[in-house]
Amino acid sequence: MDIATRHPAEQHAAHPAGLLRWLTTTNHKEIGTLYLSFSLVMFFVGGLMILAVRAELFQPGLQLMRPELFNQLIGVHALVMIFAALMPAATGFANWMIPLMIGAPDMALPRLNNWGFWLLPPAALLLTMPFVLAFFGVGSGAIDTGWTFYAPLSIQGGMGIDFAIFAVHLLGISSIMGSINIIATIFNLRAPGMTLMKMPLFAWGWLITAFLLIATIPVLAGAVTMLLTDRHFGTHFFKAAGGGDPILFQHLFWFFGHPEVYILLLPVWGLIPHILSAFTRKPIYGYKAQVWSFVAIGVLSVIVWAHHFFTAGMPVPALIYFMFSTMSISLPLAVLFFCWIATMWRGSMSFETPMLFAVGFIVLFGIAGLTGLVLADVAADAQYHHSYFVVAHFHYALFAGGIMGVMAGVYYWLPKWTGRMYSETLGKWHFWLTVVSFNLTFMPQFFLGLAGMPRRIPDYALQFAEFNAISTVGAFILGLSQLLFAWNVVQCMRGSGQRAESRVWEGAQGLEWELPSPPPHHTWEVQPEVK
Amino acid sequence: MNPTPSMASPSPEPPSTRRLVVRLLLVVAAAFAFGWAMVPFYDVLCRVTGLNGKTPGFQAGGLAGAEAASRIDPTRTVTVEFTGTVMPGLPWDMRPLTASVDLHPGELQQVKYLVRNTSDHTIVGQAIPSVSPGQAAQYFHKLDCFCFRQQTLAPGESREMPLTFIVKPEIDRDIRQITLSYAFFNIEEPRREAR
Repeated sequence: MDIATRHPAEQHAAHPAGLLRWLTTTNHKEIGTLYLSFSLVMFFVGGLMILAVRAELFQPGLQLMRPELFNQLIGVHALVMIFAALMPAATGFANWMIPLMIGAPDMALPRLNNWGFWLLPPAALLLTMPFVLAFFGVGSGAIDTGWTFYAPLSIQGGMGIDFAIFAVHLLGISSIMGSINIIATIFNLRAPGMTLMKMPLFAWGWLITAFLLIATIPVLAGAVTMLLTDRHFGTHFFKAAGGGDPILFQHLFWFFGHPEVYILLLPVWGLIPHILSAFTRKPIYGYKAQVWSFVAIGVLSVIVWAHHFFTAGMPVPALIYFMFSTMSISLPLAVLFFCWIATMWRGSMSFETPMLFAVGFIVLFGIAGLTGLVLADVAADAQYHHSYFVVAHFHYALFAGGIMGVMAGVYYWLPKWTGRMYSETLGKWHFWLTVVSFNLTFMPQFFLGLAGMPRRIPDYALQFAEFNAISTVGAFILGLSQLLFAWNVVQCMRGSGQRAESRVWEGAQGLEWELPSPPPHHTWEVQPEVK
Repeated sequence: MNPTPSMASPSPEPPSTRRLVVRLLLVVAAAFAFGWAMVPFYDVLCRVTGLNGKTPGFQAGGLAGAEAASRIDPTRTVTVEFTGTVMPGLPWDMRPLTASVDLHPGELQQVKYLVRNTSDHTIVGQAIPSVSPGQAAQYFHKLDCFCFRQQTLAPGESREMPLTFIVKPEIDRDIRQITLSYAFFNIEEPRREAR
């Protein structure tokens, strides 16, 4: 019996309702919705944490919190945003869109899919619970080492670190499950006639991401397991006293950590060309070049990790190698940028909200790339490392390059998912408030870093006061304007707003637009023929 | 496994999917094993290249050192500086009795550290050496060192701890100054207090 000809629709008479329905669902659309909703909630949780931090940094001196709490907030903010907001958002997109875009009836492993999602809420609970426990006098609060778990600090810390280690284990298992599922779906369930080189770029981006995940997440799992045994079972992986080496932890962590950046960004690079093509009413420029750039970036990403700790002490030949290999990533990345620009070149462009976010993404992510080249320079990095310059750089990469790209995708496909048009006015307000306040928040941080302000410190010298005040004002506007986004999304989900047609955007290409908006519970049970 | 799943089969995945999943799980297992294999690999790499200032261990000391001693290079002088840190959790004092020595590569040298237990109980400690610059580490041969053994100090006891070493003449001519640093750790780690 073939998947495409099965008709499980009859079983839905007995389908449980309410909460149990969501707990047991194996439908890719429902699981996609779960992932995206979870991501949105955690986006606000992580955002609230960093607003508390920015409030503390509004003025020099300590006003609102003890340094211990400050350290916990910055670390958990990063872990929540990376593992519980951005990664689940990308997985939500994959669940919703990959089967629709490649003409598959569902994901290849639906029950695994269900597990992949339901591991996330317990992991998020593990990450944040130590805050609550500390409030009731149990333990010393959440992980306070920053998100990087650097040993030996993480060997000495309180039980929040154990919570974070187990959370990372759960999140890792969830990611690996999701990745295996996506690879199996892409390899085995494409519509007849859809060769790999006819596959939508979004699926390509995710395919590379999935391979990176299964190659690097297990290394992180191993590293934090070693940390756990160092903490509790007397091993000396990272303890110098027993012959271990703290620098080894940095190598293991960043062997995962650098590919992680591309894990977060590749799905976005995959979806941006679809949006550019739709709103310029032109086919995607340089499809093959983009596919091979994805592959090249995927390969390069696992051989450049040590640029994250140039100053930890390395022989000069190693520094030179990691510098040049890091800089070489800018070549395939430049190919992507040129393809994006060439897609827009002489197109009949219109600027609906998804297009605004996509263009904003290109400009701001370009700043992330250029400042990344500066940091990759060994000589310059000696000054800039561990400063606010780094903080600004990776927020341009992960907020502008990651979150704003995800938002472009949400606006693009939301009418398809919900069958309702979002409010274009609110969407445009959301975009302009976001892009202005984002720059207001993070542009001053470049200057702070150049002037020498170290990151992860709750207090600072008086000379940094003005830029920090500006940054905090920007952060609060940025945080509040995201409420517009939530409102817009929720309104669509509740079914208010204009009805969406099946081809929502006149220039949109791809199989997903052949289906009605919203698509029925089961789609492509008879797979389409791709010529 | 039945290659043609029957209608009643509880697992609807076609065999090709199953095979793919098994292969992907093998990739996951290999990646996990790779992470653990990095531990011994990194250790070997550091000892061979002197990365992180790791010095060759006890085994490499004796013979190589005696052989190097017959080839003193009197044409140049290297300054070796000594320093030491007591890590948190070890109530000891330590200082080198000689702050630095000038020597010709190949010369046998002995220096001493003075270590004192300032607490009222017996403690076992272990010193971990580090040499900088890292490129010098593989030419820094310790023939005897208090860091080869764990050290036990009674309450209030102080002891001179000797170190005998040779800087091998093959050392790069550009290196004129070497710093040897010890970090003393408490081996009997107290139970971590809940903070």
